[in-house]
Amino acid sequence: MDKKVESIVQALQEKFGATLEEFRGEAHVFVRPEQIVDVLTLLRDTYKFELLSALTASDYWPQDAPRFHVIYQLSSLVENITMQIRVPVPAGGDQKPKVPTATGVYDLANWREREVADMFGIEFEGHPDPRRILMPVDWEGHPLRKDYPLGYEEPQFTFNFEDIDVRKPYAKE
Amino acid sequence: MAQIEEVNVDQFRHLVSERALTGETLLLNMGPQHPSTHGVLRVLLELDGETVVNAIPDIGYLHTGVEKNMEAKTYLKAEVMTDRLDYMNTTGNNLAYAMAVEKLVDLDVPPRAQAIRVILTELQRIASHLVWLGAFGLDLAAMSVFLYCFREREYILDILELCSGQRMMTTYIRPGGLWRDVPVEFETAVRDFLKMFPKRVDEYEALMTKNPILMDRLVGIGILDGATALSYGVTGPTLRASGVNWDLRKARPYMGYEQYDFNIPIRTEGDTFARYIVHIDEFRESMKIIEQALNKLPMGPVNSDNRKFVPPPRSEIGVSMEALIHHFKLWTEGFPAPKASVYSAVESPRGELGVYLEGDGGPKPHRVHMRTPSFDNLSVIGKICKGHLVADLVAILASIDIVLGDIDR
Amino acid sequence: MGVEQKLGDMGIVTTKLEELVNWSRTNAMWPMLFGLACCAIEMMAAQASHFDMSRFGMELMRASPRQSDLMIVAGRVTRKMAPVLRLLYDQMPEPKWVIAMGDCASCGGVFNNYAVVQGVDEVVPVDVYVAGCPPRPEALIHGVVTLYEKVKGEKFKDLAKA
Repeated sequence: MDKKVESIVQALQEKFGATLEEFRGEAHVFVRPEQIVDVLTLLRDTYKFELLSALTASDYWPQDAPRFHVIYQLSSLVENITMQIRVPVPAGGDQKPKVPTATGVYDLANWREREVADMFGIEFEGHPDPRRILMPVDWEGHPLRKDYPLGYEEPQFTFNFEDIDVRKPYAKE
Repeated sequence: MAQIEEVNVDQFRHLVSERALTGETLLLNMGPQHPSTHGVLRVLLELDGETVVNAIPDIGYLHTGVEKNMEAKTYLKAEVMTDRLDYMNTTGNNLAYAMAVEKLVDLDVPPRAQAIRVILTELQRIASHLVWLGAFGLDLAAMSVFLYCFREREYILDILELCSGQRMMTTYIRPGGLWRDVPVEFETAVRDFLKMFPKRVDEYEALMTKNPILMDRLVGIGILDGATALSYGVTGPTLRASGVNWDLRKARPYMGYEQYDFNIPIRTEGDTFARYIVHIDEFRESMKIIEQALNKLPMGPVNSDNRKFVPPPRSEIGVSMEALIHHFKLWTEGFPAPKASVYSAVESPRGELGVYLEGDGGPKPHRVHMRTPSFDNLSVIGKICKGHLVADLVAILASIDIVLGDIDR
Repeated sequence: MGVEQKLGDMGIVTTKLEELVNWSRTNAMWPMLFGLACCAIEMMAAQASHFDMSRFGMELMRASPRQSDLMIVAGRVTRKMAPVLRLLYDQMPEPKWVIAMGDCASCGGVFNNYAVVQGVDEVVPVDVYVAGCPPRPEALIHGVVTLYEKVKGEKFKDLAKA
């Protein structure tokens, strides 16, 4: 891990009580959901991380606490370093997964958080424009969750051609 | 089958100005099927006469569910789907995914494979910029540029067909190296292309760059400054035309880019004309890289030796028992990956193409996320189109270089 | 449609008239721009100068459905786009034909999941399927010529019944 990244991680550990995991030279820092806006503001202003490269999420069903990890990948152009911040989000029973929005810090988060909310169902509090972005507006469900089915349709081979042919909804004129 | 959604102003009330609700401005739908939107993009325009007051893009008409589908396949079979995301830059997508898998399982790549990967990626960059130039000319009603560009593109597609058998979706670059070595005629074909192409670039410049009609239409249109661009996550030629010096090939070199000597074209104005000039200069830089890589092409194997991840060649299977077992395990089950996550990024013709790959100890990935550049490049459209005419909106959309397969995944 | 209904079966006059009508329909069939994804790039390459499609009558591509007779569905059709496709098909005037270009339009292709319609014949009736991912421009031209053979075999009595 880079020396500059080490000093930044130490500062985060002191201020916010963050934990660290390392893999193949990358630094993954875990923070709690309510601290994320402060962490991102600190990184952007003091440590010059101007570019938020990626904002995505990952589902760990059937584990309930935490069920989702929201992942922020940051890049600094001036110092030429990268870092990854992970936010574990619990969801279980009737507790909805919620994270405060980062739109005030990076404008890019506007569309990226809409995509995560559409695909995973995580609610971003304070987002100015919470609409579905990739799926149709009246779609139900969140496709990238692990308990959502793939929608796999059986392919037609010669032995089951007639069975599937009868059931397939062909278009009329 | 879902019905077409009615455009209800309630959905967009917080995005349009108050004049739309009284009817003073017109809400017009620039629909998914349109000759100038580069694919299925829907833009909702609020117009005051011919001037654009607000432009709200609506995406998702090409959402293919690739990320979920890749979780159901093994690592090697999932690579087939990565070609079809950004269909102008197919070898670049393969490269980004292969680099992420190699980082996850810690696989080495021999130098000959690295050099050939660089040559193919730079050729693909030229092909992608040729299509960009053709579509750009078409949108500005300059049709002959389109025909010239597609004529050049046929040479590059012939080279790709020579290596892999397919013109566009090659899946030639795989984790561990390449599918197989390039044939003997590869070097002659690439050198012939390099001899012929610089004069063609001069032809395009003669047609378009000093053209007074083009300069009237492009200079001063759609100005994007560097700080806004970084905040919106814009990368690639669009960012470099706004004055920010950021290219992943120079900043975080991969695949041996540090050995090659090339420049990064940068302009400071940030308007459509600057983006056009940056694309034209990138043609020449790519040609320099290809020539250097071809001169330095080392001899050697094109695949890693690690048989646990890379299938053995067919000639070895008849002779060695271990090779047969490896081949069997790899094609029926796949190789396992550690329970960790990596992020690796390359520079595609549109910007930073990143792959976030997470394994879970088994043969199938737990989560694959492609950070595609056109998604963020498009989000800035609502900001830079205010106050321009509809024809300028078409020119700005053409210059930002979006590919809808990249956006909707 | 008036010619077919009025004439019916008049022997050799009808046959010669059929040939004339079919020949004129095939010689200047204008396709509608419906390029969705990667197959659209091969369709553009087929239109460009190396594999010229205007020698087969497809001189230009019309963006408006009211002025075209052929719809080449090139690319994957998703569930959000399917009603738009049907609306555009309904807006085309008769006589109209549909070519499903590529694997994704014919049967769903590589993508067998919740978001892609498995074959565009669930949405519009298709005349010719062209296979390939993406099909070479020569394959698309072969598909177009197959469609011409089909049109040349059309008879008035079938059209009058429709």
